[in-house]
Amino acid sequence: MRSLKSQALLSRYSTLIIFLIPALTVFTLFVVLPIGEAAYYSFFRWNGYGDPEKYVGFKNYAYLFKNRVFIMSLKNNFYIIAVSLLVQLPFALLIALMISDKIKGATFFRTIFFLPYILAEIVTGLIWAYIYDGNYGLVATVWEFFGAEAPFIIADKDWALVAILIVVFWKFFGIHMMIYIAGLQAISKEVLEAAKVDGAGPITTAFRIKIPMLIPTIKLSVFLSLLGSLQLFDIIMPLTGGGPSNVTHSMVTYLYYFGVMRMKIGFGSAVGVVIFLICVFIAIGYQRTLMRDDNENKF
Amino acid sequence: MKSFYRILSSFIVLVAFNTANAESIKWLHLFGEDSSQYPNMVRAVEEFEAKTGHTVVLQYLENESFKAKLPTMLQSNDRPDIFYSWGGGVMYDQARAGFLRDVSSVVPDSYLDTVSAAAADAFTFEGQRVGLPLQVSQVAWWYNKDLMSQAGIDVSQIKMWDDLLDAVKQIKAAGITPICMGGKDKWPVHFVWTHLHIRNGGKGLFLESLNNGGWDRPEYIRSGEQMLELVELEPFQKGWLAATWPDQAGFFGDGKCAMAFMGNWMYGAQASNSASGEGLADANMGMFNMPMTSGGIGDSGDTLGGINGWLFSSTASDAAVELMMHYVSLDIQKEDASNGAYIPIVKGADGSLTNPFLQQVAKNISNSEYHQIFYDQFLGADIGRVVNDVSTDLAAGIISAEEATQAVQEAWEFNQ
Repeated sequence: MRSLKSQALLSRYSTLIIFLIPALTVFTLFVVLPIGEAAYYSFFRWNGYGDPEKYVGFKNYAYLFKNRVFIMSLKNNFYIIAVSLLVQLPFALLIALMISDKIKGATFFRTIFFLPYILAEIVTGLIWAYIYDGNYGLVATVWEFFGAEAPFIIADKDWALVAILIVVFWKFFGIHMMIYIAGLQAISKEVLEAAKVDGAGPITTAFRIKIPMLIPTIKLSVFLSLLGSLQLFDIIMPLTGGGPSNVTHSMVTYLYYFGVMRMKIGFGSAVGVVIFLICVFIAIGYQRTLMRDDNENKF
Repeated sequence: MKSFYRILSSFIVLVAFNTANAESIKWLHLFGEDSSQYPNMVRAVEEFEAKTGHTVVLQYLENESFKAKLPTMLQSNDRPDIFYSWGGGVMYDQARAGFLRDVSSVVPDSYLDTVSAAAADAFTFEGQRVGLPLQVSQVAWWYNKDLMSQAGIDVSQIKMWDDLLDAVKQIKAAGITPICMGGKDKWPVHFVWTHLHIRNGGKGLFLESLNNGGWDRPEYIRSGEQMLELVELEPFQKGWLAATWPDQAGFFGDGKCAMAFMGNWMYGAQASNSASGEGLADANMGMFNMPMTSGGIGDSGDTLGGINGWLFSSTASDAAVELMMHYVSLDIQKEDASNGAYIPIVKGADGSLTNPFLQQVAKNISNSEYHQIFYDQFLGADIGRVVNDVSTDLAAGIISAEEATQAVQEAWEFNQ
């Protein structure tokens, strides 16, 4: 009897191990090892040539947290998160509530709103750089139509970040809208019909039934938005390249310009480690607090 | 029949021998197919392949990608044998790390005698020859003759920095944008600040700062103050901070501004980037050197520019070096010079320059006793980019002259 039990356990664990090995190998090779290497390099002054030899301890980190541009890029990431969570997601939810039902033209609007997400981020940046151009862009045409002199938005230190935030909003609200629509369509029709029978109008249904039932989906959408905002890179590169005067860097563009392009690989690794730790902290914190109930429900 | 077999077997042996010795040479460059020097690169490859039986693979990367990918490429097994270089700090880093081959034994003195000594010296490191030069360039003020005369400017009177400031005021008063600038790329801006360094501090202070620091010395602070005097006049086109270098060239070629401070490559770029594709006519374009600064200890004839060439990676074969000696040779350089592709470094090739602007630049450089390589190249990737950053911040008026110099000094200290 005992041996039968242990045999069953062994076969269960061996299946588990067999299935885990490929995933663990990929994770170790492409996540754990690079992060470990970056952490090691971050203690050296190294230009990427040869082996790192000049050990500098925590100097790269000390320099990083004194650096005006890095502090600014941290703030910029915070603004991007704030706009994503406070403007983009509520707007996506509103649109999702409006077009999730099978009404006339819903599919058309879903497609239109989702289209920006299909574009590659680098292409999005290039298109918007042209739109914002004060000489030839759409902005210039509109301003000239009203007889005014067009502004150069992405050349203006006060407006360049706003210009990026508009593009981020335009590009990503479609995907969140689709996530919400999928969540809304999963709500049982019986519940909605019961609400209707009880005399609930569309607003009451939205606030009392749809949104509360959508909470797990919203939590997931917030989580994706948070991590996406921290990793923003491809849109900024063609649009402003972190300029003017380095006021629109995100942490990742900062890493690229101040680490890779300057061949300060040790310093760049320190930036990478900081970004990684911030992402891990947010991800674990979020999972442990806001998404804890969802996880418990699942397992 | 016997003799037939003998001939056949000799032929097979010969082919097998040649195949065994034929090498594949990877040549990494930055010149697109529409570049004026690309045709002769292809010509050199074809001639070399026909002569030696080796295979040459031309690999192209865009400027920024080239700089970003090169360190990784050099450390991989797929490294290029020959690659483009601006010399200076980046080249020294590559040589120190052992990624360059000392080709002194392959390049004979008879070959070196054919090229400019100063240019050849730019591709040595601690007495070792690690590359060969290709071309020289100089940064100068380009101007639109029509717009300058419309503003009533006599260019021959611009001898001092203050004269230039007066000219800018006068151009602005005539309703013309004085200077085109590509602020997004930053390096076009650094030309102004660093050329003022050359005027204010000269060769002596540059070498002193390079070896012992002191990038925040009063002479360099003065350069920042002079630059701020220019910035206060709002001389650049609207939106200049979002304009790239091609935009800058295009605006100048379209006659949208009176002047641009740029290297001699502006001649071709202003045409190719203009709306019409033709740019300004030669008769409507002029060029003058950076004016002298009052109290400056540099020489008014000192020049800022580049000495660019080709480096050999650690595993480059002798054949790769021979290919470069074939390419950087009188015949090809003469043809490139006559096409206006660049200012050649092979002695006697500059006689083929037909373009009056390139002729003028070649003359300026040969008369110059101190030709400083671009700061952002010479000082290495890190300090160089700090120089670009602070130059742009100065031009945007968001930092002081002192802050600009301190940032460079801090970067220098960080790298010691």
